[in-house]
Formats: sequence, structure tokens, C-alpha cells
Amino acid sequence: MTEADAIVAWVAPGARVLDLGCGDGALLRRLWEEKRAPGYGVEIDDAHVLECLKNDVNVLQMDLEDGLAAFADRSFDCVILSETLQAIRRQEALLREMLRVGREAIVSFPNFGYWRLRLQIAFGGRMPVSPELPYAWYETPNVHHCTIADFEALVAKLGLRVLERLALTGGRRVRAAPNLLGATALYRISA
Amino acid sequence: MNAPRLPGSVGIVEAKKATFDEPLRLKSGAVLPAYEIAYETYGRLNGARSNAVLVCHALNASHHVAGFYADDPDNVGWWDNMVGPGKPVDTERFFVVGSNYLGSCFGSTGPASINPATGRPWGADFPLVTVEDWVAAQARLADRLGIERFAAVIGGSLGAMQALQWALAFPERVRHAIVIAGTPRLSAQNIAFNEVARQAILSDPDFHGGHYYDKGVVPRRGLRIARMIGHITYLSDDAMMEKFGRQLRRAAPGFDFDIDFEVESYLRYQGEKFSRYFDANTYLRITKALDYFDPAADFGGDLARAFARARADFLVVSFKSDWRFPPARSREIVKALLDARRIVSYLEIDAPQGHDAFLLDDARYHAALAAYFRNIVL
Repeated sequence: MTEADAIVAWVAPGARVLDLGCGDGALLRRLWEEKRAPGYGVEIDDAHVLECLKNDVNVLQMDLEDGLAAFADRSFDCVILSETLQAIRRQEALLREMLRVGREAIVSFPNFGYWRLRLQIAFGGRMPVSPELPYAWYETPNVHHCTIADFEALVAKLGLRVLERLALTGGRRVRAAPNLLGATALYRISA
Repeated sequence: MNAPRLPGSVGIVEAKKATFDEPLRLKSGAVLPAYEIAYETYGRLNGARSNAVLVCHALNASHHVAGFYADDPDNVGWWDNMVGPGKPVDTERFFVVGSNYLGSCFGSTGPASINPATGRPWGADFPLVTVEDWVAAQARLADRLGIERFAAVIGGSLGAMQALQWALAFPERVRHAIVIAGTPRLSAQNIAFNEVARQAILSDPDFHGGHYYDKGVVPRRGLRIARMIGHITYLSDDAMMEKFGRQLRRAAPGFDFDIDFEVESYLRYQGEKFSRYFDANTYLRITKALDYFDPAADFGGDLARAFARARADFLVVSFKSDWRFPPARSREIVKALLDARRIVSYLEIDAPQGHDAFLLDDARYHAALAAYFRNIVL
């Protein structure tokens, strides 16, 4: 099961979807083809925006850091933030905005508590590089890494409800000790 | 026909005219008893009549969108980089119509045309036509051409207003509305610039209250200044600085009022050129059409409510350095479309040239439009 498979499984058929940082629009395209879920992507990068248009996906070229003012309250069933949380400066504000705009949110991120990353810091003494986090420290677009435990704490602080949680490593679900053994974390949350 | 097949060019084209005898009631309440619309077409209308694209032009352009004339090969259409075989609006696939708005001085009936009631040019008596009126007249042209529904209506600047108006006035006749460097309404500053341009014309002694045709003169001073003002708003500060800087035209400042700086020379040249081909009565009316356009006005200022009746898919495009109709204006359109739950994509192109960028050949802009048009199902 890939991360995208998990997200597609969590989206209800026909749901109105907003995908923040949608990349080339592949997820939105799948959601339309498999779930008849009409969606919009938000993306800032020119090359990604072009890919979205080629993929026949509705895309809005906007900066997430400017907030979600373009979207009305509760105008979407599901707002997705896939592999983008760590690249955002104001995560708290964005999570609140996502749950203003959508009834639910799906968030996925690379778990910085994954044991391989811990080992790289603990014993290699270097910032970790992995399939999920392929960038060297000086060129990474990521500004705010977190672990599964950190994210749980933020969700609790914001008073949000976790509807479902999932940790994945190498395409397989991790049930025990997810903060140690999970490379990628996914959450379905609501206000 | 021995048309030279330039790569990417539609080649030799011909301007046509359609005559309409049914009176057209205008938004102002005035009635145009009969009129002509100048237009050009490129490509072929397919059997299902599903591949027609209407190109709406901006202030000083015309129905001559692409290609060139046999007897005037240097007169290349104003959007030749966008429309043609293999271009973003691909004439191998689409049947493209360029239509000249009512009140123009390039072929459609306008103030310089003969008023059938008097046998003399309309002049000041030509009614004020609005964006709504233009679109109503274009719809009759579409009927004449056998086009029930356009695959797309596309325009930049004032042309963008027409694309919006098409989607609002004829929701069932537009499948895609492509709104480039547009605005849902002019700002006070936009209207202010237009008013200065109008005053330049109206105060020219050669204007004669708009009846200058009879007098054998043209209010060229007014037109020159109007165009100079317009040109300032079409370019970004950076683009102007890059193009001209503080470059002097002469060895040293002259301490007089002849041309010192390159930018003065450029504006004077543009103003002079414009005053030789553009009609002052047309300029006055078009700036008013711009000022009046406000589709949200009938809905308590709520643009989203105005869009509730639209059925088209929208593509909205803005340019970051455009300060005439800046991205914030396009984002208003996008927000209203989202609030009305319409389908929309939005591009904000980081081009440096200002408002004029919509006419220029920017790779990101053209690639995006090409991708969008390729996905229009025929």
C-alpha cells in the first residue's frame, strides 16, 4: 500500500477535495478516476502547475503561506496536505485553516522519529537523508520536521480529533511502535 | 492558393464582414438599427461544430488575430504567437474566430461609419456601446457562422471582460472561458487613468464635440496623450527601467522641453503612431465600456452570485508584474468562481513585462495554454 493508496481509500466517493501542494496532480487524477471525487489542487511551482494542466486536473497557482482565504468555510469535504506539512512555515495556522475550509483533513508527512533517521543522527552525527527525506540539509525545502509524537501533541493542543491514523514503511502498514518503525505517517482529522 | 506556408502561421487570411439588419438594443437604451461586424476565421469548423474558439480583442486590436494579408504581408495578426497550426490555440484542431467589436475603427460599425439617418458619419451621435453589447453582437455573428456553442472563448485585458461576459450572458454557449490579465471591474485608479485620457481628447480643439470628420481634422494631440497615458499603464516599472533606464537621447540635458530621455521618445513615438490609425470617438467609447463593466453590480456587488448562472469551465491567468489589472483582481474572479462552485484553474505567471505580458511569448504561459487547449474535448 502506497501513501496515495491510503489517501484514496480514506476519501469518500464523490467528495469535494482540495489538495494543498498537489504536485503534478496525480493524486487528484486518481481520486477523480477511482472515487469520482472532483477536486482542486493548490500548487506554486510552475512546472507542477503545467503537469496538472496536462493531467487535466483543476489547479490554482497560489502560495499556501498566504493562507486559504480564497476558500469559503466548509466548502470542501476533504482537504489534503500530502508530504507538504514539513515544508510549511506556519503549520498551526494552516491546520486550522484546513479545518475551516474542509469538514475533514488528511495530512501525511515523513516521520522524523523513524529509527533509521534517529540512527543517522545518533551514530553518524549527520542530518538524516532517506528515501522519504532525500535532501541534504543545505538544499532541503523542508523547514519544520516533526515526529509522529510531535504531530499527536500538536493535534491535541489544537483540540482536533484524530479519525484515523496510519504509519507506513516500505509500502507496509506498521502497527507496533509507529513513531520508531514508521517512515511515513498519515492522519485523517476533523475539528 | 499559393499561400506561403510559414511554420506555425495560418498564412494568408482575409477579413470578412457580416451585415445585420435586426436592430440591436444597447445597454444604454439606444438602438443600433443595423450594423456590420468585421471578422476573420482560421482553421475549419468540424462536422459536429464543436471546435469553435472565439478570440476577443483588447483596446487597440482588431479581428486580425493571426496570419497576414496577401496585399500587406507585414501586417501580422496581433496574437499570431498564440493562434496558428501547432500554436497553443491550434488551428489544425480548432476553428478560430476573431471578431471586431462594435464601435471600433477597424471594420465593424463605429463612429466613423455612415449614419443611415443622416448620410453622414455618426461622429458624436454614435451610441456608447458596452461589453454586454459587444457580446450580444458577437452572439449574432456566431449564429450566422452556425456556431451554437464555443469550445472556448478567450481574451486578454478588455478581451478577458468579454470572455467573462460570454460565460454570464450565454452560459450554454461557452464550454471554456479563458480570462487573461483581466478584472471583474475597474478600480478607481483604472477609471482615473481613463478619464485623463478622455480629457486629453475632449479638450483637443480639433475634437469639435466629436464631429471632426466633417471638418477634415483629427484630434491627434488628444489621441497622442491618451495613448501615452495608456502605455505607461501597460508596462511595469521594472520593464520600463530595463528598456529605457535614464538613458538620454542627446549628449547632455538640454534644459528645455525637447526630448531628453529615451522613455520620452518612446512615448511620443507610440502616441504619434497611434494617432495616425486610431479614431478618437472610438477611444472615448472603449474607455467608457471598460469603466462601466461590472457584472457583480446587478447582484449587490456579489460576483459569486453573478457566476451562479455560468456553466463554463474557467481558466484565469494573471501576470505578477501587471499593475493595471494585477493578480489580486484575477484572484477575486477565482474566489468568486470557487464560491459559486464553478470549475476553475488559475495561473499566476511570474513575467516581468507588466500588463502587456499577455501578448508576449512567455514559455510558461504558452505551454500552460497549449496544455489546457489540448485537454478540451471536441
